[in-house]
Amino acid sequence: MAHQKKNLVLVGVLAGISILFSACGPAATDVPPATQAPTKAAADTAVSNTAPTETSAPELPGCGTDPIVMKATFETGWDMPNQLAEEFTKQFPNVTWDITMEQFANLITTTPLLLASDNPPDLIRLPTMTSFAQDGLLKNLDDYAAAFGWNDWPVPQINQNRLDADWIRGSGTLYAMGLNYSMTGIFYNKTLAAQIGMTEPPKTVAELEDLFAKAKAAGLQPIMEWGSAKSGMGLAFPLQNLMAAYGPVEPINEWIFQKVGATIDTPTNLIAAQHLQDWIEKGYFPADINAIEYTDAADRFGKGEGVFTFNGDWQNGGYDAAMPGNVGFFLMPPAVEGAGYAAMSAPLTYGIAATAKHADCAAFFFTWAATNDIARQINVDGMGSNPGGPADAKMPTVKAGSVTIDTLAAGPKLSGAMDFIANATSSIFAQGWTPELQKMVGGKQDAAGLLKAVQEEYLRELAQ
Amino acid sequence: MMPTPIQSKGKSTVTSDNRHPAAETSRRIVRPRKIRREDVVGWLFVLPALLMYVVFVIVPFLSTIRYSFFKWNGVSPAIWVGLKNYVNIFQVPNLIGTVINAFWLVVWFSVVPVGLGLVVASVIHRVATGRLGTIAQTVLFLPQVIPLVAAGIIWGWLLALPGLINQILKALGLGALTRAWLGDFGTALPAVGVVGIWVLLGFCIVLLLTGMTKVDPALYESARIDGAGWFREFAAITIPLLKYEIGVCLTVTVVAALAAFDIIWVTTAGGPGSSTSVPGVQIYILGFTQRAVGPASALAVMLMALVVLVIIPIQWLSRESAK
Repeated sequence: MAHQKKNLVLVGVLAGISILFSACGPAATDVPPATQAPTKAAADTAVSNTAPTETSAPELPGCGTDPIVMKATFETGWDMPNQLAEEFTKQFPNVTWDITMEQFANLITTTPLLLASDNPPDLIRLPTMTSFAQDGLLKNLDDYAAAFGWNDWPVPQINQNRLDADWIRGSGTLYAMGLNYSMTGIFYNKTLAAQIGMTEPPKTVAELEDLFAKAKAAGLQPIMEWGSAKSGMGLAFPLQNLMAAYGPVEPINEWIFQKVGATIDTPTNLIAAQHLQDWIEKGYFPADINAIEYTDAADRFGKGEGVFTFNGDWQNGGYDAAMPGNVGFFLMPPAVEGAGYAAMSAPLTYGIAATAKHADCAAFFFTWAATNDIARQINVDGMGSNPGGPADAKMPTVKAGSVTIDTLAAGPKLSGAMDFIANATSSIFAQGWTPELQKMVGGKQDAAGLLKAVQEEYLRELAQ
Repeated sequence: MMPTPIQSKGKSTVTSDNRHPAAETSRRIVRPRKIRREDVVGWLFVLPALLMYVVFVIVPFLSTIRYSFFKWNGVSPAIWVGLKNYVNIFQVPNLIGTVINAFWLVVWFSVVPVGLGLVVASVIHRVATGRLGTIAQTVLFLPQVIPLVAAGIIWGWLLALPGLINQILKALGLGALTRAWLGDFGTALPAVGVVGIWVLLGFCIVLLLTGMTKVDPALYESARIDGAGWFREFAAITIPLLKYEIGVCLTVTVVAALAAFDIIWVTTAGGPGSSTSVPGVQIYILGFTQRAVGPASALAVMLMALVVLVIIPIQWLSRESAK
């Protein structure tokens, strides 16, 4: 009997640990060696990989005419890539799809395993890029970029997906492409904004703060935002917007791209964090923000709770459906009028597995998605983000009254673009920004402490 | 269990106290080297479960220990680092805080469900033995079969600021108490604890009630004839005779608390701040988000050691009482 009980204990303990680690992948000794830094030799190898049919006349990589099944992994919650795949098959009937859907949070854990598997996806939504490229799991896309002319597309589109020889993002070898390019800013409820006397978007942070104060005085919820650790802390959006309003975007990007010596704990970022702390203390955010999930915040804003919300244009469709014709968008204003606008603008990043069977077809799909009129229309209708592509590409038509008109119009006003501070390392959001901002909401952290704690966590993770 | 072959060399063996020499002799005479059919059949029955156990428990367990000595991201070649992961693990943010949280969860996941389970099982056993008792058992056991992810979403709604629990409080004139229970630093851990009670109470009740049905009813009858009330019966008969079942309940629920992951992940993901973070959450983030398999494995091994250290006294007490 005693043995049985002892076994019960061991089974419980072992089971707990084994569940967590049973998906840990191949044994250390079975794994392939790490790839080298992207050198010319590597690029040359890629040429032979990507152009299997050498003919006298240069031929663009494509999907051929034989029936092929494209293996793809898309992100749950967004139907647009599936619609693109469907349209692609209509236009190229020899291509069919084997699509797997994964939650974004799951993608972080499963992507390396999928990429390293014997039957990797030809096309996969990438939650992060650097470490996968470092491990040799992603296809070098430089030859495709040259063949399809991606290098001539507007620079910010492509450069976020480049890695240099030290694995710093921003320049070098291309390892991924964006299916579209999202932008963040401030959405507002037109009816409620009119109620507090907003006739045009604010031109400075001070004007914006004045609107928040008016909303509060009118008994309205000034800002709707989410903050549950289950979704990740939404206050990182206004914080980063404030950082770009009070300081240059380059140091922020350098920090995100892990440039040696970069720090988030700068004097201008401290001013930004102090403003955010002030907004929290003045009650501009919901009292229960630490328990609000992303979808709840979007839902509550759609139901009229909140005059403003900081979010990205991927939510356009959702806001339009909840409040048709009643949602507006403007970019975060600068601290000083006329100083230029900056925003987080990130590609919806997709990559091709290094050993993908149909890499040529996947690369062709990237070009098609950015240049084909029907594909661009599906892209804008589905998510509301800029579909990218050549600078002179025709912008799809947008339904009258849609907030997408505002977000697309805001793009050209940008003078500075940043990636998201939550993407600096794989867990800086979960281990740094989210808990520290939640503490700030709970009165247990101040602006200076926030930046110091996040920087320490950043250095700890980089050293790991 | 397989009988242990004893090399009796054809001689009969006699017990030391000579109480039942004949019986002992017949029991201990073993036909050497002959594989009995029952043994083979027994092993065949065990084999599928044993295989599963080896593949899904033993192998990952040994792999975890092995990984803990390497620097490995799950894909690139692993580098031997010796005990470095065990030293560096203390740099994980607020590690001690997560362990303290896990011990707080023992109160909510173990002490309350076992204590409350004893009371509820005793009441069901005494007053609701018929259909009502079955219905009560089923209702209380239901949380065990509801997928935890669904339970997490439902509890998230119930405990939210606009949720049902706060609406009830407002209706009762207790509006001052309303809050986002899972988002408040002071109430998040107890709120997660309540979810844990909800999940584990049914398990404890069913196990304890099964134990109670094994107790000779004559004991209760004679106690009642002697004028014992519910509490006297409970304290003098039920608890002493249920020590084994209580030991099992405590073991399972303490493991659930110290190695907690799922309940936390689906309700708060460790927030707000790190007020509900536990070692299980840190292992997940290290292993699957940071892809630091070595430190995650080291923390998992340390957590296992902690769980075993806590479980040993419970087992020891259980064994003592069984004697």
